[in-house]
Amino acid sequence: MDNSVSSQHSLVSVRNLSFSRGNKKIFDDISLDFQRGKITAIMGPSGTGKTTLLKLIGGQLYPEQGTITVDGQNVHQLRRADLYNLRKRMGMLFQSGALLTDMSVYDNVAFPLREHTHLTESMIRTLVLMKLQAVGLRGARNLMPNELSGGMARRIALARAIALDPMMILYDEPFTGQDPISMGVLVHLIKALNNILGLTSIIVSHDVHDTSAIADYIYVLSGGKIVGQGTPKEIQQSESEWVQQFMTGAADGPVHFHYPAKDYVDDLLSSGKRY
Amino acid sequence: MIQLLQNLGATTRTSFTKLGRGTYFLLQTISGTFSVLLRPRLLLNQMYSVGVLSFLIITISGLFVGMVLGLQGYYTLSDFGAEETLGVMVAASLVRELGPVVSALLFAGRAGSALTAEIGLMKATEQLSGMEMMAVDPVKRIITPRFLAGLISMPILAALFSAVGIIGGQIIGSGLLGVDEGAYWSQMQANIDFRDDIINGVIKSVVFGFVTSWIALFEGYDAIPTSEGVSRATTRTVVNSAFSILGLDFILTALMFGDD
Repeated sequence: MDNSVSSQHSLVSVRNLSFSRGNKKIFDDISLDFQRGKITAIMGPSGTGKTTLLKLIGGQLYPEQGTITVDGQNVHQLRRADLYNLRKRMGMLFQSGALLTDMSVYDNVAFPLREHTHLTESMIRTLVLMKLQAVGLRGARNLMPNELSGGMARRIALARAIALDPMMILYDEPFTGQDPISMGVLVHLIKALNNILGLTSIIVSHDVHDTSAIADYIYVLSGGKIVGQGTPKEIQQSESEWVQQFMTGAADGPVHFHYPAKDYVDDLLSSGKRY
Repeated sequence: MIQLLQNLGATTRTSFTKLGRGTYFLLQTISGTFSVLLRPRLLLNQMYSVGVLSFLIITISGLFVGMVLGLQGYYTLSDFGAEETLGVMVAASLVRELGPVVSALLFAGRAGSALTAEIGLMKATEQLSGMEMMAVDPVKRIITPRFLAGLISMPILAALFSAVGIIGGQIIGSGLLGVDEGAYWSQMQANIDFRDDIINGVIKSVVFGFVTSWIALFEGYDAIPTSEGVSRATTRTVVNSAFSILGLDFILTALMFGDD
């Protein structure tokens, strides 16, 4: 892919990114592009740093090497005020929903509006009800977060994420732990919001089936590298054994079933020491 | 031996890094003061949960401490026929020492541990991270109001503790043991100095409020975001606050009353 051409159309571009946690290399010189108006999915086994990538894009973590540009701005060179201005145009949906537990659903959705705008309460009310209507939970506005199911909490968090009409939304594992119905609802919502509001969506997920159904482009990460990329169809037909193992869920393959250890027989026969 | 040195070095380094993080955190917290003052509602809500909700434990403990002082003081003083000075003894002990110290220890147990747990859980459930991504500074929005609330509530709670304690001492002293009520109050009035006793006590409680709130909020903010991490942080808050309060009390007392 020619970087110079693709980055003109991309809202977010990641170039030569490296990041480590302790001695473990999470990303090793990777480059990705996220096109405007599209849904791009990042997939890969647990522990490949998918969530870390979202935090890097949001400017919550700093890369060791490489750059991340969002809408033409280098995220990690912005001053704090500019970074906050950029974040107002990004929504992020956390895995847990991250709703503020001491506030009702209504106040949670109103929170970004109250913090960042000087709108009157009656206008805030109208906006909050519109956002809640969009996720189908207008009737739940008086509930507290601990009264919501996991799926409902995520939908409320989604309503909050679109409260300031962002240009893009980052989804962190939106489908994990959902029953088939609320999974269906979320899949439908993500697709619909992306198309109706003209958003750019980045979904981090290991849910192969549902993510493939709505994504326009998929990156498969493993061991700090991009092991496959393409449209869902191309990914399905990929010949890479990494991608195949991930898509089919095979227990052994390039990602080994066994955690690294010394030889099994030697280990059993060695005596004396406890470990 | 080498191992010992290495461990010592590692521990020192970890402690100093933590101290550095804590200081930076404190500066960030204080720098949010102005924006909190513009939104007094945030502060009032926190003063309710930090201060008002500690009211009961402070007043009841204050009453009992005062009553014990009344009993003990009476038995000691009556040996010398000086039971008329019971009021001075009770008031001086409370205003100078027991009021600020005991109420700060109770405050650390009641409000400090609650603050650490609250902030730690907010961190563990990604609420702080979520706020950052909504372009809201969690330190200004969450930490600073709680810090200021602790700072303001602590001297008020300590004053309440002392006041209730003095009444407790009077109930036992004059109500039960027959010390003259007029003597109890007038001796107190004559011998307790506003500058030397009361102001010094208030200064102590402000210092304790500052330190306890700082420790509680920092431990929560710095907690490992798991349930185990939060529970450890809560324990550390109570232990470290108690050490700091008692240590600082010695230093402050030496500075304030050393010259007499």
